[in-house]
Amino acid sequence: MNSIYSLAIVTVIAVMTFVTRALPFAVFSRIKVPRPIEYLGKFLPYAVTTMLVVYCLKDVDFLSGSYGIPELVSIFATILIHLWKRNTILSIFSGTILYMVIVNFI
Amino acid sequence: MKTVKAAFKASIPIMAGYIFLGIAFGVLLSKENYNFLWALGMSIFIYAGSMQMVAVSLLAGQNDLLTVALTTLTVNARHIFYGIAMLSRFKNMGKYKPYMIFSLTDETFSLLCSVKVPKDVDERKFKFFISLFDQCYWIIGCVVGNILGSNLPFSFKGIDFVMTAFFTVVAVEQWLGAKKHSPHLVGLFAAVFCLFIFGKDKFLIPAMLLIAFLLIVMKKPIEGSPSLLKEDDLNE
Repeated sequence: MNSIYSLAIVTVIAVMTFVTRALPFAVFSRIKVPRPIEYLGKFLPYAVTTMLVVYCLKDVDFLSGSYGIPELVSIFATILIHLWKRNTILSIFSGTILYMVIVNFI
Repeated sequence: MKTVKAAFKASIPIMAGYIFLGIAFGVLLSKENYNFLWALGMSIFIYAGSMQMVAVSLLAGQNDLLTVALTTLTVNARHIFYGIAMLSRFKNMGKYKPYMIFSLTDETFSLLCSVKVPKDVDERKFKFFISLFDQCYWIIGCVVGNILGSNLPFSFKGIDFVMTAFFTVVAVEQWLGAKKHSPHLVGLFAAVFCLFIFGKDKFLIPAMLLIAFLLIVMKKPIEGSPSLLKEDDLNE
């Protein structure tokens, strides 16, 4: 490994990551936010959250192995526990523990 | 102090996830012989979970900088969506705004969009400290994982589900808090559809484009008449 070159790689990643985060703010700092973008901004959080759930499951193989059953069962349990108690921390931890038990012991 | 405490409490759902995912990253990085200073620097200055995982393989391969830049843009393109969603929400963040933008990870974005600000706290400070606490958890995880290396005291198999559970809970909360559910379903449909068509390595950007397209096409039914919107939507 070459430390100087590695440092250059890390710097490029850090700068480009910030670029993706700052871009919308930079673009719309001087001009007024157009109506369609304003509208998207309002409803994107909802669509993005369900997209992120799928993103978390992207490496799951639904066609072989355990067929994604541990993941789907744990997600379903997380939803039910949350609907029951509406306690975020309880729901996250019980869902995760259930999942860990399934993949480690079953 | 009250604000800081409230922010800490609100950030707890992220804590376990970031510490354990950070550890996973730290271990991975240590296998390439990068010490804790690298883990510390990367978690402070890059601060992006999946990108740091990709960074380990970019470092291992000592790829050329153009490839590094383009890979970062592709992996992190979804951040542009978060920025668009936060344009109005960060409008009044004042001196905190640059850090809020810098620290806008998937999880922090999701939390900031769904968190209820307690009545008697300074909202800007509250949100700033949520973001700051989140990054602290991440830094701690990355450094600890790197120092422990492969000498982990117990098996973490399955712990990464903590992030799936987190987004699931946020999705349920958002579902319960909204009158119209088409945006949630659009996200779910677009992601599953594109995952099926493009495969796991390439689906995110097509999925985002499809989401934007569908939301715009469905603008009328989603927006409806303004009086149908809940107070939350109007405040944002």
